[in-house]
Amino acid sequence: MTNVKSPRIAYGETLVELGQKNERVVVLDADLAHATQTAFFGDRFKDRFFNMGIAEQNMMGVAAGLSLSGFIPFASTFAMFGAGRAFEQIRNTICYPNLNVKIAVTHAGVTVGEDGASHQAIEDISLMRSVPNMTVIVPCDAIETKKAVFAAADVEGPVYIRIARPVVPIITKESSNFEIGKAEILKQGNDLSIFATGLMVAKALEAASVLGDMGIDATVINVHTIKPLDEALILKEAARTGKVITVEEHSILGGLGSAVAEVLAEQGKIKMKRIGLNDTFGQSGDPEALLEHYGLSVKNIIKTAEEMLK
Amino acid sequence: MQINELQMISTEVRSDIIKMLGEAKSGHPGGSLSMVDILVTLYYKVMNVDSKNPGWEDRDRLVLSKGHGCPALYSVLAHKGFFDVEQLWTLRKLGSMLQGHPDMKKTPGIDVSVGSLGQGLSVAVGLALGARLKKKNYRVFAILGDGEMQEGQIWEALMSAIHYKLDNLIIILDYNKLQIDGPNEEVMSLGNIKDRIRAFGFDTYEIDGHRYDEIYDALSAPAVAQKPRFIIAHTIKGKGVSFMENQVGWHGKAPNAQEVEKALADIGGTTI
Repeated sequence: MTNVKSPRIAYGETLVELGQKNERVVVLDADLAHATQTAFFGDRFKDRFFNMGIAEQNMMGVAAGLSLSGFIPFASTFAMFGAGRAFEQIRNTICYPNLNVKIAVTHAGVTVGEDGASHQAIEDISLMRSVPNMTVIVPCDAIETKKAVFAAADVEGPVYIRIARPVVPIITKESSNFEIGKAEILKQGNDLSIFATGLMVAKALEAASVLGDMGIDATVINVHTIKPLDEALILKEAARTGKVITVEEHSILGGLGSAVAEVLAEQGKIKMKRIGLNDTFGQSGDPEALLEHYGLSVKNIIKTAEEMLK
Repeated sequence: MQINELQMISTEVRSDIIKMLGEAKSGHPGGSLSMVDILVTLYYKVMNVDSKNPGWEDRDRLVLSKGHGCPALYSVLAHKGFFDVEQLWTLRKLGSMLQGHPDMKKTPGIDVSVGSLGQGLSVAVGLALGARLKKKNYRVFAILGDGEMQEGQIWEALMSAIHYKLDNLIIILDYNKLQIDGPNEEVMSLGNIKDRIRAFGFDTYEIDGHRYDEIYDALSAPAVAQKPRFIIAHTIKGKGVSFMENQVGWHGKAPNAQEVEKALADIGGTTI
């Protein structure tokens, strides 16, 4: 039985740990503290927690002001309202002056589930990676979420951390190295390369295992940092296998698939397929059923790999 | 510092604005001229800043939320010694430390990068919260334009200033009554702004934004505990240049050479 845990719970716990170690850490939320799990921090460090109400644009500006006062603010809400509603505040007030604000959002992608398309951010990676000075991290599990939060606090400048809502398998180890901008090879293979991010990394690993039984030897790479992208590893892997599949719980426009495609289009000759939301909105449903419906499944990764190798 | 000295500095600043925009061939004269007297009073009589140490931790902060008025602020900062006055003539040119809208990374004395309307007040709220958290006594000033009062984010920020009882925050509204498309009243009325602000719970003042004594009194009155201050400063857009005063057309247009000359003559004659 695989261990499972929701990355957002890990986020809440890590904030408390970070808050104990570093008095400069402050946390802001927009009336979603019990969903993003920042309430753990709020209960523990009342003076350093600011609920800004349902006002994300103001929250980003206040976070900017706190960073200018020497603090390290973590501003949290759902991905839709952070990257979406407050896009221009993040762009102009935080990233333009390169302020030390961490935007840690939860409930990204279709696995928001039953709340439906209005709450499922599938464009946020695209938006955030297009802004200069921004670092974009998409942890794949609870352990990696913790490492990402610590790493984000250690770097100077804005960081966007996209954290999944559902309970997902733990696939990384406490002992493994996490470095912003360095993708991690989780499984080596010679037939094709699967680049995955976020909760799709576990699906990619599962697919690779089935593919292995079918005689197809796939590499699986966890691209936890979308920006800066590990271009060297992408080019090396693509040159080695000549076949690339990207998998993300995000639109195929502008996210990991686009980022990898940009690198390969400029510098390589390979076959490539992007698996993600195919330029469509989500809808209400059970998160797992939604992933299946939009082809964000183990089955579809296997099918795509098979077709590529025909 | 006496009122006549403030007047003399304001005259210089107004002349600088005209010359800067004339050189740059672009920029916003109306809203720069309307807040000159407020900025001069702030920097010469009220704010605790050190031009030799712009990043001094205990300094008072200014957030110019109506960032397009920055030529006025640049001139004041130059005269205060934050940078060489000669820099003023590089405004808006490639490689200049003086960007079209304030950039804290490029200009000494600029506390916050601003320009996209409606966003500065939130940063001021964050700075005021930060000061309190650090147990520092410095104050945070924010200058808003009347047009940007139409942005929803301003009202989010006002709510949060009240909620967090930020009595170290002083907001000044440069109420010149005009915006790009016309009078506020026609574009999107601010209604009875004093009633609205007072209803939010601010320590509210209403002053003539060109009278140094009124500006000073409103800025320097002792803080009411747990209440942020909001000063409605009635101003004249284009103040000091007869043909720009109360003219919508001078919101975002630079004067040509002839107009510069005429404007400089006006400024010299009217404000001293």
